[in-house]
Amino acid sequence: MTDQAPKTSLGETLAERLPRRYRAELRFRAAGLGAVISAVAILLVLILSIVSEGLPAFTVHQLVLPVSLERELVDQEGDGTEASLRRGRYSAVLQNAMREEFPEVSGRRELRALFGLYTPLNSTRLMDEVLADPALVGSTHVFRMPIADELDLYLKGRLVQDRILPTTGTLGMSEQGGVVLASSSTNAFADLAEEMRRSIELEADRLLLRAESSRRAMDVAGEDERDRLASDAARAQRQAEALLDAARAETGWIELEGELPSILVDADGHTMKLSALSVDGRQVRGAYLLGSGNVEVAQNWSLYVVDTPETRRRVSDQVIAWTRALEDRGRIQRGFNHYLFANADSREPELAGVRGALFGSILTMIITMFLSVPIGVFTALYLEEYAPKNRFTDMIEVNINNLAAVPSIVFGLLGLAVFINAFGLPRSTPIVGGLVLSLMTLPTVIISTRAALKAVPPSIRQAALAVGASKTQTVFHHVLPLAAPGILTGSIIGLAQALGETAPLLMIGMVAFIADAPSLGLEGFSQPATVMPVQIFLWSDAAERAFEARTAAAILVLLALMIGFNALAIYLRRRFERRW
Amino acid sequence: MIEASPQQAAPLPGAQGPIKVAARGIDVFYGDNHALRNVSIDVPDRSVMAFIGPSGCGKSTFLRCLNRMNDTIEEARVSGSLCIDGREVYDKSVDPVVLRARVGMVFQKPNPFPKSIYDNVAYGPRIHGLARTREELDAMVEESLNKAGLWGEVKDRLLEPGTSLSGGQQQRLVIARAIAVQPEVILMDEPCSALDPIATARIEELIDELRENYCIIIVTHSMQQAARVSQKTAFFHLGSLVEVGPTEEIFTNPRDPRTQDYITGRYG
Repeated sequence: MTDQAPKTSLGETLAERLPRRYRAELRFRAAGLGAVISAVAILLVLILSIVSEGLPAFTVHQLVLPVSLERELVDQEGDGTEASLRRGRYSAVLQNAMREEFPEVSGRRELRALFGLYTPLNSTRLMDEVLADPALVGSTHVFRMPIADELDLYLKGRLVQDRILPTTGTLGMSEQGGVVLASSSTNAFADLAEEMRRSIELEADRLLLRAESSRRAMDVAGEDERDRLASDAARAQRQAEALLDAARAETGWIELEGELPSILVDADGHTMKLSALSVDGRQVRGAYLLGSGNVEVAQNWSLYVVDTPETRRRVSDQVIAWTRALEDRGRIQRGFNHYLFANADSREPELAGVRGALFGSILTMIITMFLSVPIGVFTALYLEEYAPKNRFTDMIEVNINNLAAVPSIVFGLLGLAVFINAFGLPRSTPIVGGLVLSLMTLPTVIISTRAALKAVPPSIRQAALAVGASKTQTVFHHVLPLAAPGILTGSIIGLAQALGETAPLLMIGMVAFIADAPSLGLEGFSQPATVMPVQIFLWSDAAERAFEARTAAAILVLLALMIGFNALAIYLRRRFERRW
Repeated sequence: MIEASPQQAAPLPGAQGPIKVAARGIDVFYGDNHALRNVSIDVPDRSVMAFIGPSGCGKSTFLRCLNRMNDTIEEARVSGSLCIDGREVYDKSVDPVVLRARVGMVFQKPNPFPKSIYDNVAYGPRIHGLARTREELDAMVEESLNKAGLWGEVKDRLLEPGTSLSGGQQQRLVIARAIAVQPEVILMDEPCSALDPIATARIEELIDELRENYCIIIVTHSMQQAARVSQKTAFFHLGSLVEVGPTEEIFTNPRDPRTQDYITGRYG
């Protein structure tokens, strides 16, 4: 009976504690699951946003133009030699092709706008094509070139807000002294007229508000400010009244003034831009952007509205009209953006590519790998297997661990001071980049190799020693092969880290704009280059909007490279992994 | 093959037959820890000697002195005289690598290399250059596996990994690996402690067969095993050698009361 009492009390205590234990377990598991799910969700959002941002950059709109390579333009000496072909006036060839598309364009400014549909750098690409095949001289050659970056964005629908409105009935157009009058057989413009009237009123309201706030500011402003505010208020008031006059349309016309959408009418190969709509919605007034003369009756006509006002975008209505015309004629094709992979960096986004950075990264990684992996692995082998354990080796170990935590830009400073200034190695080159990154990677490789060596069971070492293997035989026949998967994983993680490193490379000049890809041969190591993360950094800083998508695309390329690297690490680890 | 050195110690009283290993006044320190105190013992050739004693009594430490495995422990120090065939083991001229080829060792846990069965056995002969041709090496592997009683079981799967064998087979593979370098002394450190009774019986049988050709020293925690396989038994306690004698005598009529206590299970 004395041993009966503690038994029940033990059971009771257990029973009491059990639900608490279960709850604790449940809490822990729920927290873990929650952490994993939220991490995956965040990662998904991140990747999706990069992909959705970068995917458009993998396609590009190209101008496909028949260019006539006239002998007197291209081959001025007439002997077909390379020297002569190199002096050819290829930009004139391209300009002639554009003129042929739009023969009605004249005047310096209009022509310059027309030739702005592509970057002049394309003439060099045309020259390269001719140099590669001199037989093209004298023939008409179909030349493909990327359209200007802004227009590429416009065609992808990322530059402006636009819409095509349904139309009814037929349309007739007549031109008189540069002013085009178009009349619809129905009141096809009625909805649009009403919308424009409301937009104008809104704009007028905004102006009135500004006038009001200027007037209020006058009460508290100083003497010198008062005059300026007064004139501001007066101007806004005047503008608002003018707008309201136009909108109320006692004349029967709504004049499109101020920051309003652009309205284009396409009919029978003509494009006109509206400057006024009749209140009844039957007539519009404007000017031709494309074509001339009268159109008797057009059955099929369309209304195209660009909601972004012309003053707030970087492509004019005229350029949009040209682009849409070229698209209609099949002169614009959307295709894979091979420029992104075939070209090095460029000031023109449509020609900029990651090839230079990719090659720079490969060359830099080759140097880093061949320096840091052997040196790191053998250092770790010596420290772990051979070196006596004393204060000196302890100090070395502590220092290696500290080096792994040093900010990477410090290594860049070291590289600048030692490799470039003291050794006189050329700046901006993969060899210096590789050296600097090796310094950064070495501690990682050493630490992971030591961990892998430590993880080899001592029984294997003893087994080898007991059959009479020497220290070195034991290490190289048994310990190293068993540690190989861990060493590989650590090394590849270190290299992947180096692949994504930007800061130290800024210090040694790999941040420069370099328009040529380094060659993948031995001489490439001493040619100026940049690397993928630096390229991303440079593009993210660029002014052109088209670089936004290209930045995301370059990030995707870098991510793909990283995933490839890690997949290789996993594959190698699986391949070399052995049980013991 | 080993010349008798002039400083061959006089046999201790009670020794019979040729002496293989002669230890005089061995002390081992692991740092400040005095692990083995003044041990003197003679081990006869072609017989099995068992070391028994409670955990931490120094029997494994002494075993590891014999093939200088203690050298791999940085803070271990060994003093005294230890001769195998009259040749001082701790002499500066003795290369531990050569010594370990002559003094094989089998460990508590089977530790085959993560390689094929063939490579496990062939590793020793390869690094010592014992076989000149592939055929010689094949013959050596077969002979060693035969001696270890494993040939019949593995002859068709020599290229499978050694780690795929069962625990008992692995332990015999390890013995075959030790035999392959043609040692004179085989040290076994609790070779059966990780095995089931059937595998243990096989190993014990094997030890009995190997006794014909080798000097075997076995450390064991199993009194029955010591009684079954050994001719002589040594009892260690707290780093000292308490008593050594013919196995039968130790188990039936121990002279020291500590031995008496240990074999009757009063401590340890």
